[in-house]
Amino acid sequence: MNLHEFQAKDILARYGLMSPGGAVAITPEEAEAVARRLGSPMIAVKAQVHAGGRGKAGGVRLVTSPHAAREAAAEMLGRKLVTAQTGPEGRIVRRVFVETGLASARDLNLAVLVDRTLGELVVLGSPEGGEDLEERALKGELKLERLPLGTGATPRHDEALAFAARLGLTGAEGAALAGIVDGLRRAFVELDASLIEINPLALTEDGRLVAFDAKMVIDDNALFRQPELAALRDDEEADPIEVQAQHHQLNYVRLDGDIGLVVNGAGLGLATLDLLREAQGRPANFMDIRTTAKSQHIAYGFGLLFDNPAVKAILVNIHGGGMQPCDTVVEGLGMAARRSGRTIPIVARLAGNNADFARSRFVNFGLPIVECPDMWTAATRAVAIARHGR
Amino acid sequence: MAILVDADTRVLCQGMTGWAGTHHTALMMDYGTCVVAGVTPGKGGRHHLNVPVFDRVAPAVAATGANASMIFVPPAHAAAAMIEAIEAGIGLVVAVTERVPVMDMVRVRAALKGSRTRLVGPNSQGILAPGLAKIGVMGTGAERPGSVGIVSRSASLTTEVVDQITRAGLGQSTTVGVGGDPIHGIGMAECLDLFFADPDTEAVVLIGELGGTEEQEAAEFLQSTGLKKPVIAYLAGRHAPPERRMGHAGTITLHGRGDVVAKTAALRAAGVTVVSGAHRVGETVRQVLGAAAR
Repeated sequence: MNLHEFQAKDILARYGLMSPGGAVAITPEEAEAVARRLGSPMIAVKAQVHAGGRGKAGGVRLVTSPHAAREAAAEMLGRKLVTAQTGPEGRIVRRVFVETGLASARDLNLAVLVDRTLGELVVLGSPEGGEDLEERALKGELKLERLPLGTGATPRHDEALAFAARLGLTGAEGAALAGIVDGLRRAFVELDASLIEINPLALTEDGRLVAFDAKMVIDDNALFRQPELAALRDDEEADPIEVQAQHHQLNYVRLDGDIGLVVNGAGLGLATLDLLREAQGRPANFMDIRTTAKSQHIAYGFGLLFDNPAVKAILVNIHGGGMQPCDTVVEGLGMAARRSGRTIPIVARLAGNNADFARSRFVNFGLPIVECPDMWTAATRAVAIARHGR
Repeated sequence: MAILVDADTRVLCQGMTGWAGTHHTALMMDYGTCVVAGVTPGKGGRHHLNVPVFDRVAPAVAATGANASMIFVPPAHAAAAMIEAIEAGIGLVVAVTERVPVMDMVRVRAALKGSRTRLVGPNSQGILAPGLAKIGVMGTGAERPGSVGIVSRSASLTTEVVDQITRAGLGQSTTVGVGGDPIHGIGMAECLDLFFADPDTEAVVLIGELGGTEEQEAAEFLQSTGLKKPVIAYLAGRHAPPERRMGHAGTITLHGRGDVVAKTAALRAAGVTVVSGAHRVGETVRQVLGAAAR
């Protein structure tokens, strides 16, 4: 679960991370009032959306008066912001964060995350900030310094100071960085984060380390024991259909094509999506039926496809396994088709547990099914039907 | 034979008395797996599915000689169950539980260090050695005892590939699901190592997907040891949109990292036959094994 910048800064302040200070505004008038209250000669107005790359996309503006803050907010609020990470549909900006603008003498970058290979916490840092650090590091243009943290214990002071020195900070500045690292570490462990990134962490002219931006992601699997953080979820940022699908034990991702896709299992779903694309087809969605889904959940999922006017064909690829036999899926499909009343050609590939029983249920539901013996045949048939109607 | 399990494997089930635990343990017993005990705190002293139930793992091991554990415990307590099994010195722990918090898995990984336990999962369908044992929740019926080992990040694709391999006239030595989560126990490289050492495995199928770098680590392992047996790989998610979670928590690509193109290149460089379509795995294994026999 992503937090907004203003939420992350507010939370991390409790762990000793300094930021320039500001407040959220949902109208241009509020933005002006906040700017006036801050009383700073420079003000940053920042769109609050769950996507990086805001700076390059015009989602961060530096202004020099409360009036200009109001104008900047008016240009952002209610509009779509399209960044490199939002996809072409962009995100509607519903809030701006109005913050004191400070000058940076030097930008650094700091992140806490779990190293998947080692299964341990690690702090990554670089003596530079910027939006494309990861790509540059991958290309070998930038070296990311590492400070391993194991299961999240306080790092040894000399190791933390050595890490700071590798980022070019020594003396009081090095000690300050070590303090920040320890605070972020504690926040990560206590709050079940899966990523905390401070980029940039600015060294100001007067020698303070201040978070100009902050990104924080909370582990969805741990929200059951983080109720305060769970309450910060901004469902407006997520696709409402995807949120509802989650409540129905379905992993659903909206895509922009004309073939509805339903598969039981994430890996098989990805494989089927790949085959559809290889067959020059355009999937309307990715849908993985979780093993916990019952037929009424599955009916909800098929309902999403029947309700999508762009869908011209439905491809069902089910390999009945130990947790979910084929007939459960067909029952869900039959329920959805009866509710909808819309007739969409269905290409099905059924294998494994209860496949024969599922076939008989197709007949009972009177559904227009084209059954195919394997995934590739099914994918190519679905593409032909979506394109030519047969 | 098989990897990870053999005729002497004696399984205890943590969380056996719940609905899922009961259902799947009964199916495992039907398959012929030797299940010797259940562990559910507070229910010790009873019998369930005709085996004794214990409050804790260590006394269950002492009383029954269990040497493997199957974990059906819900996410909030799954890590504690894994650590209890590790501390009891159980050699093989299979965790089926989905949605275990990441920080909990960091603690489990620390407990694994220096222990004698191999952890499979979490979020794994388990281990299936056809005709010998099933420690997991996968469906059965399509598998046949045979010479192809399977190591996979996806339960559904394992089911699919098992079926294809059987229809190609071959069978499986063992299938292992390493799990769909970013932080898990045994990895693909370690499974390859075990399959290479197993005299009854002639070829290995590796089923990967986008996200993470586990396939690249398997490729590095193969580069260092050499390709001791043919390895055939299928990688799902070539056309998935980036930066989206596609079903499994481990399937997010960030800035090109963990994408299928990079994984494919790394595996091909290590001599692996990478199949581009999921429907062609069984047929490709048969061709590769046929070519190896000539």
